[in-house]
Amino acid sequence: MMSVMEAARELTYNLGPVEQIPLGEGRVFEVEGRSIAVFRTRQGEVYATQAACPHKQGPLADGIIGGAQIVCPLHAYKFDLATGRPAGNDCEALRTYGVSLGEDGDILLSHGS
Amino acid sequence: MAEKKKLVVVGNGMAGARFVEEVLSLGGQDQYDITVFGEEPYGNYNRILLSGVLSGTHDAKDIFINPISWYEQNDITLHAGVRVIGIDRKSKMAYGAGGLLVPYDKLVIATGSSPFIPMMDGLYSDDGALRNGIFPFRTLDDCNEMVEYSAHAGKATVIGGGLLGLEAARGLMNRGMEVDVVHLTSYIMDQQLDPSSGDMLKALLEDMGVRFHLEKLTTTVHGNGKVTGVSFRDGDSLDCEMLVISAGIRPNIDLARMSGLNIRHGILVNDDLSCRNDRDIYAVGECAEHRNKTYGLVAPLWEQARTLAERLTNDKSSATYTGSKVSTKLKVMGVELAVAGDKEPVNDDDEVVSYVEPNRGVYKKVIIRDGKVAGAILLGDGSTAPRLLQAFDRGETLPQNRAELLFPLSADGVPVLDVEDMPDDAQVCNCNGVSKGKIVAAVDGGCRSLKAVCDATKAGTGCGSCMPQVQAVLELAADGLVADDPSEHYYVPVIPMTKPELTAAIRLQGLRSVSAVLDTLAGGKEDAASKMGLASLLKTIWADEYEDERDARFINDRVHANIQRDGTFSVVPRIYGGVTSPDELRRLADVAEKYEAKMVKITGGQRIDLLGIPKTHLPDVWQELKMPSGHAYTKAFRTCKTCVGTDFCRYGVGDSVKLGIEIEKRFQGVESPHKMKLAASGCPRNCAESTTKDLGVVAIEGGKWEIYIGGAAGSRVRKGDVLCIVDSHDDVLKFMGRFMQYYRENAKYLERTYGFVERVGIEHLRSVLLDDSEGICERLDADIQAAVDAYKDPWLEAEIPVHPNQFVNVAAGS
Repeated sequence: MMSVMEAARELTYNLGPVEQIPLGEGRVFEVEGRSIAVFRTRQGEVYATQAACPHKQGPLADGIIGGAQIVCPLHAYKFDLATGRPAGNDCEALRTYGVSLGEDGDILLSHGS
Repeated sequence: MAEKKKLVVVGNGMAGARFVEEVLSLGGQDQYDITVFGEEPYGNYNRILLSGVLSGTHDAKDIFINPISWYEQNDITLHAGVRVIGIDRKSKMAYGAGGLLVPYDKLVIATGSSPFIPMMDGLYSDDGALRNGIFPFRTLDDCNEMVEYSAHAGKATVIGGGLLGLEAARGLMNRGMEVDVVHLTSYIMDQQLDPSSGDMLKALLEDMGVRFHLEKLTTTVHGNGKVTGVSFRDGDSLDCEMLVISAGIRPNIDLARMSGLNIRHGILVNDDLSCRNDRDIYAVGECAEHRNKTYGLVAPLWEQARTLAERLTNDKSSATYTGSKVSTKLKVMGVELAVAGDKEPVNDDDEVVSYVEPNRGVYKKVIIRDGKVAGAILLGDGSTAPRLLQAFDRGETLPQNRAELLFPLSADGVPVLDVEDMPDDAQVCNCNGVSKGKIVAAVDGGCRSLKAVCDATKAGTGCGSCMPQVQAVLELAADGLVADDPSEHYYVPVIPMTKPELTAAIRLQGLRSVSAVLDTLAGGKEDAASKMGLASLLKTIWADEYEDERDARFINDRVHANIQRDGTFSVVPRIYGGVTSPDELRRLADVAEKYEAKMVKITGGQRIDLLGIPKTHLPDVWQELKMPSGHAYTKAFRTCKTCVGTDFCRYGVGDSVKLGIEIEKRFQGVESPHKMKLAASGCPRNCAESTTKDLGVVAIEGGKWEIYIGGAAGSRVRKGDVLCIVDSHDDVLKFMGRFMQYYRENAKYLERTYGFVERVGIEHLRSVLLDDSEGICERLDADIQAAVDAYKDPWLEAEIPVHPNQFVNVAAGS
């Protein structure tokens, strides 16, 4: 995962405290006009992907997380949160974004062009 | 990472290779360096299809499951064509022929079996090999040599009228040979059939041109150099130019014997498949003897392979193999045959149900013990085989009407299509648009269980009514290699336990949250597909002591509304018994207008649905409606539909409106394995359609109510069974509640009442719920009362959300 230092060379957005996202769930953030789903797992990891499922535009942030996978709430398509790759389906991959937690627990999202 | 352990597999046949596949599927390549020894110089092929190669319907290259390149791709060291000649258990080394030494930490023996060659004169040439023209029928090489030899021979004799012998006979006939089959006992396939079905099968095969010679013991093979004939103990003889010996198999246990492992008929193994006297050596497949049994069919082999792979890849696994119930579907020279369990009654009170139609070659016999299938033979008509074999495999209680066992149910709703004749583009799953071709491709790609096929193609994952056809396509495409995925019986995929086992473990260890269950029983593996089922079960077990974790819930249950295809939600408030008021309707209209509902719809459950509400508006909508949740979004009690009953209808004999409202007030919000739709009708005209609801009541003359359970009118149509007839509203509530609690505790996750009632049987339910045969009625009544008491309208979270961002879609801009 991209570190904060490296990310600083791109644009890093502070999205505020991770507690905005209930444990084990995802929420959508609007960043530079783009909808990005950020997930907070029970294992303490954070992941960021495009917000809409490539299959039928389902809201991925409303999905269920299992390990490092997200299950879309509409038709149960699965994707790997770290790589964006589809799991068990031939959908196109999700776009992923570098994201980490700052020392004070803020969500730091790096967003290149 | 710690250094990998060394796993050596001796045997690369059906069992050994399957075991390796299972290890890989469980991520075992990260823990083990895997070495496989195979005596044959090939990758791994489907031995069941050898008869197809012999008869020319399959090409030898098409029967490979894993070619040699597969082993390379998966970093498996394969020694093909190398026999293991010894195991030094002290230094933990396997010795391969030709001086190969391979150390192991764990060693699995899967050496299979060899053809049994009975004693007779003239079998062997001077160098000890079988003489020219005599063949066993076991390996691909045997098969290839037979094909070659048969090109120059006209007459063949097959010794052994068992399944394999008949397959050989068919193969040789297809190659233009005349075939005689010699059999030791008085009827063919005596391992699987009874005398009547054996005789019927013999007649069918004779019509195809096979000649049979029963009760013949072959004593001598004639011919100088080449085979010219055989003679029998009774003095008769037969001319032939080719002799195939198919007189049964014997487990290959020489290696185990020489290595000092405990053996009897096969290699003796424990329930974890380890050898009796060496816990680092295991045996699976035809060479293993487990609880006094050796198995020669593929399904038990695969169960063993799966269990052992789970054991060896997970230190905490408690998976055990407890034996297999053996049932199988075969085609003998084109004749359909399904057999299971006992072929004859054993006890005096065993019930035998049979149907025989000699002209058409149809023979059906079921042996029933304690209300369950103990054995079955179905010859010439496979239409009811899947249902019967399933009832046998799962030990299900059978319907009282035994005719249902032997004949297809015309009202079953599922048209029985012949999948063999279907074109590849024919749609099998009408929910997800999955064609036969796509399912076949998934099977060809390695999916061999119903669950694997459904996961890969999504077939059957909608309403589920196409499952029998998906299963049929799977069986057709898998060429006999269908596996029963044990996880199909697990309550959730990630924990190898059935619902009763899991419930007991949860209670014993006091696990009150989904994450606690996953940590303790699934080795910390967080599995999305398992979370919802666990949440439902924990709520049933602990009621208000359940530690709710919202992320384990589906989105509908996080925001108490039903997600729609555009990501908005539908709002269905509760309208008790379908009775509303002008004031309530006005409020509904105002809210619909104010929040711009995209559609306002009357539902089938006599309620009003506001569609197209964004998540953020849900709390406001609920507060302004001032009506409780209708739970239309969740697996719970939904609604009780009513007719107008006695107050207005001139036919009504019972007050269905009052009762419907009482039912709805009592059971609102009670969660269950799947949704429960109810109805109350005021007279036998049944205007509320109570007989096709999960639970329904119908008023009958004399102030009485019939209680129906297990009805359905969706993807399947089923008339409910009458549980009992009672004479008061209180008793309706009591027995409905008792059934609901029993269903909550015993049904699988997402099993509707119609499937549950059919599975456990109405007689069983009556005896448990009415006669208290298990002494649990009082507890069931108390537990459903606790669930009723734990009810809290979830829409109150509009005022006090569980998290500030519970209903917020976009948490913060930036």
